[in-house]
Amino acid sequence: MPVLTPELREQILAYVPRYPSKRAVTLPALHLVHDTLRTVSHEAIVEIAELLELQPAEVYDTMTFYEFFKGEGERLGQTRLWICRGLACMLRGAYELLEQAQQRLGIRCGQTTPDGKITLEFAECIGACDGAPACLRNDVHVMNLTPEKLDQLLTELRCL
Amino acid sequence: MSYEPVLLARIDKPNSQRLEGYRQDGGYEAFARVLRELKPEEVVARVKESGLRGRGGAGFPTGVKWTFVPKGHPGPIYLAVNADESEPCTYNNRILMEKDPHQVLEGVLISSYAIQARVAYFYIRYEYGEAYRTLQAAIDELYQAGLLGRNILNSGFDLDVVLHRGAGAYICGEETGLIESLEGKRAWPRIKPPFPAVEGAFRKPTIVNNVETLACVTQILRRGVEWFRSLGVPPDPKNPRDLGSFGPKLYTLAGHVNEPKCVELPLGVTVRELVEKHGGGVWKGRKAKAVNPGGISMGFLRCDLPLKNAEGTEYDIPLDFNGPLRAGCLGLGTAAVTVIDDQTSMIDVVHNVCQFFSHESCGQCTPCREGTGWMLKIMERFRHGRGRREDLDILLDVAERIGIIPGTTICGLADGAGWPVKTAIRKFREEFEQAIRDATVSRYVRTLETVAAH
Repeated sequence: MPVLTPELREQILAYVPRYPSKRAVTLPALHLVHDTLRTVSHEAIVEIAELLELQPAEVYDTMTFYEFFKGEGERLGQTRLWICRGLACMLRGAYELLEQAQQRLGIRCGQTTPDGKITLEFAECIGACDGAPACLRNDVHVMNLTPEKLDQLLTELRCL
Repeated sequence: MSYEPVLLARIDKPNSQRLEGYRQDGGYEAFARVLRELKPEEVVARVKESGLRGRGGAGFPTGVKWTFVPKGHPGPIYLAVNADESEPCTYNNRILMEKDPHQVLEGVLISSYAIQARVAYFYIRYEYGEAYRTLQAAIDELYQAGLLGRNILNSGFDLDVVLHRGAGAYICGEETGLIESLEGKRAWPRIKPPFPAVEGAFRKPTIVNNVETLACVTQILRRGVEWFRSLGVPPDPKNPRDLGSFGPKLYTLAGHVNEPKCVELPLGVTVRELVEKHGGGVWKGRKAKAVNPGGISMGFLRCDLPLKNAEGTEYDIPLDFNGPLRAGCLGLGTAAVTVIDDQTSMIDVVHNVCQFFSHESCGQCTPCREGTGWMLKIMERFRHGRGRREDLDILLDVAERIGIIPGTTICGLADGAGWPVKTAIRKFREEFEQAIRDATVSRYVRTLETVAAH
């Protein structure tokens, strides 16, 4: 059984006409697989490589460069919560929020809660400095965080 | 005299993202006029005459860059939009894309016509999810309205715009790193030459332009070269190499200001005026100790340090393309202005900066990969109260040796890693020496130990 569903294959192949090389579809393909399957397993890498006429090592090389995609044996939680530690956020309380989130969730950055609800990450500057300290809820900015707002957000995400 | 914003004129309007409202405000009329009345080379000439310099950080003249595309090239030629905005404390591209995407896209259309690109790749950082979806909706509207696709407005001009999402790597904002990433490879910057305008994406001529630069292109073609040159700072007559600093600029305020926000002003506002007047002053009634004038790569100003050969202190420098140089900074950068108050330790600040560059060095060039890591390790020691006297000289030595300027790396990331370190140590040396004497432990040490496990 292939790991990539027919829908995923179709979605990946829909990107091919947009670029002069199939290799350029690597990042879009990784995003699609990662978002849908919550991980990019070795098998998924092999299948992406087949679709794009690449060596699996080429896909693996690109994928690991970004340190963004969860690979074999890792899995994204239901929500990925990135707390920004960039300078603008640090100056307005980001380190305290990072510590608070780790304590409340009982995990460290890069890990997922045992119930699979939240993957906690630190982020380098997420470009939300007008609302610092800020975080990303998946790919959406949540600005002007306070310790209270962070607690509320964590509670909400655990109930999803 | 108060300045009426142009680039930000529409951002507070209801549904400012929609094509209909943009057209009611005269949107795409400049593009239509360009298609009707101007040859591509005439558009290039106008942008060149305007003196527009790239807003992404390097300040290279946009029109001149466009002329580097080989004449009579059979194509394809590409426009690559650099929306990887990742320089810490910088967020003006995000506001343009989220609030007025058509102003940016009109610039994409005009610029593509000028350089004769038929495809524009719009590379946007992953963290800008809202901007990504807003842009995609705006691009869809353009296809429906016949402003993208084949034979646009019966002019014979074809254009596709493809949005391409990054995956959280700062190096993708370096133009050749961006191109490598777009091609599906690790984002390792290329050795130049060849420059992208000659051999870029998919080995074809490629112009890489920043989002704010493209919004300026829209306004230059709408309001004219004279309007653009009426704003900002003309070239210094005593410096024949000075290209001037014309036009409006989006300054982003961050850190310890009362109102961190994006402000549009003609190039050349002083740091003091920007912070005190437009940012509502320093928060909690405190004083500004240091300011970072253009994204952390540019280094630090010390607010009470008198300027050489001029009145005032480093707090009084104008934020044009030359101003920050007078205070020993690398340049204007992205014009992201971050204020650091007098209660903040420069050791914590420099540690944060080193942490960023160590994390974001792409690893291709050894001096940068190792140097950024060494600097972080030394700063880590400082935070634990174990800084040594010789560390300051070692930090300066590393900071001076890594980068394009000393000639040891392929791209400028390492220059950006070195500049904040060396400006901080030179300008705040007594604070570092005091911390060594007192074995001062950072208030953040406990927090960082939990985070460092990642």
